[in-house]
Amino acid sequence: MTDEQTTQSNATLPPLEPLIYDLGAPGRKGVNLPDSDVPEARLPEHLVRTGLDLPEVSEMDVVRHFVRLSQFNYSIDTGFYPLGSCTMKYNPKLNEDMARLPGFALAHPLQDTTTVQGALALMYTLQAWLAEISGMAGVSLQPAAGAHGEFAGILMIRAYHIANGEPNRTRIIVPDSAHGTNPATTAMTGLDVVEITSDNNGDVDLDRLREVCDETVAGMMITVPNTLGVFEGHINEIVDIVHGCGGLMYMDGANMNAMLGIAKPGELGFDVMHYNLHKTFSTPHGGGGPGSGPVAANEKLLPFLPGPVATIEEEGDGDIPPLYGLSMPEQSIGRLKAFYGNFGMLVRAFTYIMLHGGPGLKAVTQHAVLNANYIRARLKDSYTMPFERICGHEFVCEGHWTDAEGVHALDVSKRLMDYGFHPPTNYFPLIVPEALLIEPTETESKEACDAFIEAMLTIAKEAKDNPDLLHEAPHKTPVGRVDEVRAAKELVLCCRPIPAVEK
Amino acid sequence: MTYIPHTDADREAMLKAIGVESLDDLFDAVPTGQRFPRLDLPAPLSEPEAAWEVGGLAASNVAAQDYAIFLGAGVYNHFIPSVINHILLRGEFYTAYTPYQPEMSQGTLQAIYEYQSMMCALTGMEAANASHYDGATSLAEAVTMARAHFRGKRSKVILCPGVHPQYRAVARTYHQGSGMQFVGDKGNATIPDLIDMLDDSTAMLVVSYPNFFGQIDDIGGLATAVHNAGALLCLVVDPIALGLFKSPGELGADVVVGEGQPLGIPMSYGGPYLGFFATRKKYARQIAGRIIGETVDKHGRRAYVMTLRPREQDIRREKATSNICTNQGLMALAACVYLSVMGKHGLRRVAELCYHKAHYAAEQINALEDYSVDTSKPFFKEFVVTCPRPVSAINEHLLEHWGIIGGYGLSQDYPQRENQMLVAVTEMNTRDEIDTLVEALRNPDAHAGHAH
Amino acid sequence: MAWKTPGNAKYAESDEWIIVDGDSAKVGLTDYAQDHLSDVVFVDLPEVGDSVTKGESFGTVESVKAASDVYAPASGEIIAVNEALDDEPELINSDPYGAGWIIEIKLSDAGELDSLMDAAAYAKHCDERE
Repeated sequence: MTDEQTTQSNATLPPLEPLIYDLGAPGRKGVNLPDSDVPEARLPEHLVRTGLDLPEVSEMDVVRHFVRLSQFNYSIDTGFYPLGSCTMKYNPKLNEDMARLPGFALAHPLQDTTTVQGALALMYTLQAWLAEISGMAGVSLQPAAGAHGEFAGILMIRAYHIANGEPNRTRIIVPDSAHGTNPATTAMTGLDVVEITSDNNGDVDLDRLREVCDETVAGMMITVPNTLGVFEGHINEIVDIVHGCGGLMYMDGANMNAMLGIAKPGELGFDVMHYNLHKTFSTPHGGGGPGSGPVAANEKLLPFLPGPVATIEEEGDGDIPPLYGLSMPEQSIGRLKAFYGNFGMLVRAFTYIMLHGGPGLKAVTQHAVLNANYIRARLKDSYTMPFERICGHEFVCEGHWTDAEGVHALDVSKRLMDYGFHPPTNYFPLIVPEALLIEPTETESKEACDAFIEAMLTIAKEAKDNPDLLHEAPHKTPVGRVDEVRAAKELVLCCRPIPAVEK
Repeated sequence: MTYIPHTDADREAMLKAIGVESLDDLFDAVPTGQRFPRLDLPAPLSEPEAAWEVGGLAASNVAAQDYAIFLGAGVYNHFIPSVINHILLRGEFYTAYTPYQPEMSQGTLQAIYEYQSMMCALTGMEAANASHYDGATSLAEAVTMARAHFRGKRSKVILCPGVHPQYRAVARTYHQGSGMQFVGDKGNATIPDLIDMLDDSTAMLVVSYPNFFGQIDDIGGLATAVHNAGALLCLVVDPIALGLFKSPGELGADVVVGEGQPLGIPMSYGGPYLGFFATRKKYARQIAGRIIGETVDKHGRRAYVMTLRPREQDIRREKATSNICTNQGLMALAACVYLSVMGKHGLRRVAELCYHKAHYAAEQINALEDYSVDTSKPFFKEFVVTCPRPVSAINEHLLEHWGIIGGYGLSQDYPQRENQMLVAVTEMNTRDEIDTLVEALRNPDAHAGHAH
Repeated sequence: MAWKTPGNAKYAESDEWIIVDGDSAKVGLTDYAQDHLSDVVFVDLPEVGDSVTKGESFGTVESVKAASDVYAPASGEIIAVNEALDDEPELINSDPYGAGWIIEIKLSDAGELDSLMDAAAYAKHCDERE
């Protein structure tokens, strides 16, 4: 581990903001704590540590430091954030207030269930709503993120086959357009990934699918609409082929913002799926979480859900509400985390669904899809569109031109920053060259879409007329392009020296 | 619709640009048989109506703002400085995505880098990641790291029975298909018993510090024994305890995981919390999840970036170290602000207050007839009380008549520990509350008003 | 674009080279492979004494944008690993056929080399993928 001096030796400009450790002064305190109101006990000296290398700053030092840091971030509250597959929609402020209500924020998860009936009622109701929206039989709110929900779903598929005396079903089919989490999840469960190609239309190659389907297939994971932003043309056939060989269907729910009130995964034949409440139901992304990834299952997989889940222990009667409790599903794959999920996120999603109701949720999807198709229509003469068809809530275009040599999707992305936009997702899906995956969401107005379109059209021109503008971009951000090679080689992960330890 | 800004004129112009007649025409690719299902959900509410409904649910919970709480068992009612919530509510932080574009995310990146640095300082480790979902999943990922480190050649993990029962359960859920085996936690194994289980198939030994019962086990020689067997030592820690007790680095740990909830994060009925993960630098490439590294931008200005990216799922796919993508970023920010504002002196003071108050409470309860406190080992802020009656009956009495949320009944997880209550005392418990608890335990039939 | 393909090496489809010297051989990544990986930042090396099997992965080479498995072009026992790569992984970029070698193996079946490509065939294999 290096110390401050050596890690900064090559820096020639002052940092944007000093490290918190470089602020303050020895002896300064940020919090005034009370004196002990009980007699002080004797500390076990042989167990007590000698040093504690934490900052010594005032509360105002802390506030200014973090406020300044926040100003180097781009966010939904700052502007348009068309990051494909991430659903960066507006996060209503009401959600934040609801999650912070003391009755929720100060409830301990191990309290007796009779003392937390409000929290359990919320969970039970949200489970029911998410089951209704997906057309599934039941939901567990335990998974803390989308990938965690996927993990639950694939473990459930594995457990189902084992329970049925078919432990030899060890292969999960994953399209080559899939999110990286799908194959990574499969590997974590100990199952094997079988990757299959997509056809020229962006759909699953049905012939290839038939070839790989046999009695060793545990299931298939697909995203609907798929990661290329298109509704599979043959979703019913795909489901039939996989079910036909005894496999189960997993739906990656990352793109549920294109599905609300449009189709229910359960009715399309899926056996299990996850939601991303931080995408579809407006809970904030938090600069990388917390998320929430509830898993929904049909009757077949219901007993395998992770738990505990909220249940009704005694039915209500008239004005008497039911008595809610927690229980483990019969053949549960087990606990996926301590307690019951990212509860604070559940409160936010519950509030959001409450504000929308059924027709409101359908309108969410309609307008998300409207915005995506509008931008696609306006960009299609300037950017290559690998798939010429109506898209879902996002679409992929290509950030390169034959007459703009040396310009890549990354350059387009970086140049967008100069125009005040967050870039789309780059280089995903992997099967489209120089991919730019664009997802505007329903909360952006036509004016916002138009401004983004104008910037994209300008950049397409610049790519040919003045490609260096793109290569050198961004010009207007707090820092320029960063040296990732240096970061990976030098691996400076901590700014503090490690105290020497006696062997 | 509140959050959909489109006017009729907008919709018309946009549909025309696309070349379709209506919004419904955008969904022709969806099979007709399943298109446009009815959603049987309650009618939409206005903002004030929704606030009233959700507020009603919240108000119906018993929670720590109105009650004295002595319940811990992995989640604690610690003091949360106001400044944390104000920073978390900066839209620039909480409505940002994962910092994939470093030019637009230096705020998040630097804050997480500072968080990593503080977690290293606290644990005595050299590398920390940007977070896991919670303490339990951090432990599960530590097992994954051990498995990768030994390239599958060592598959045994020895778990101390004093590791949080839910953490042990989660580690087993995670590894039901990975080939790792868990041993050691089914009985009353002591640290020397665990050492006896070490062999050349052992990948990792896991001990909790303090243990689930609040005690500091004697783990002085443990690291040497584990390392002699060629295995890794993982400590599950309470970060507040590290304000006072020797760092895991000093004790020879290779991996340190734990629940960061005590660092400024509300109990919030079980989440969102913060799984922290720290290790020696030589294992950094096998850490799951995101890691922020320092570098420079093209002008030579210090900057931060997500590094070691090829380990992650979006690049490495089925060979990734983990499938983790979204983590608990905002909670890591909360812990970063907490550790900043508490600082060197504050964290130590919080830990000492917990220690003193817990010891005062233990002494008072131990003096009661019919109650005894396990004082066989040093303890921090939790201790085990053997009670004359079932814990559930006592807790009902405490809540109904004294306004106290009582401790955790240990027989739920340890059947042999009948009538044993795990009592947690933090800096938030006043002497009055402790005295009231003692009084309530002394007089099982007395009815007092609330402690507040 | 032309990539270096020395004539004394044999090549695998997965872009490894092998240069035989007596009954041992050095193995590394080709110029084409290093160019596509871009700046190598880390090499995960196997241990001396491990055995490798033709076609199976024995290590990983990481750049900032990818991690690539390295497959054994022939079977044998590892008799040396290039520890210089621990500190200077960029040797794979700067000198892929020389200082950037990865492992040295004692061949268990020299006949396995017959199925590998020669320089001309491999150069064509590279061009075809552009």
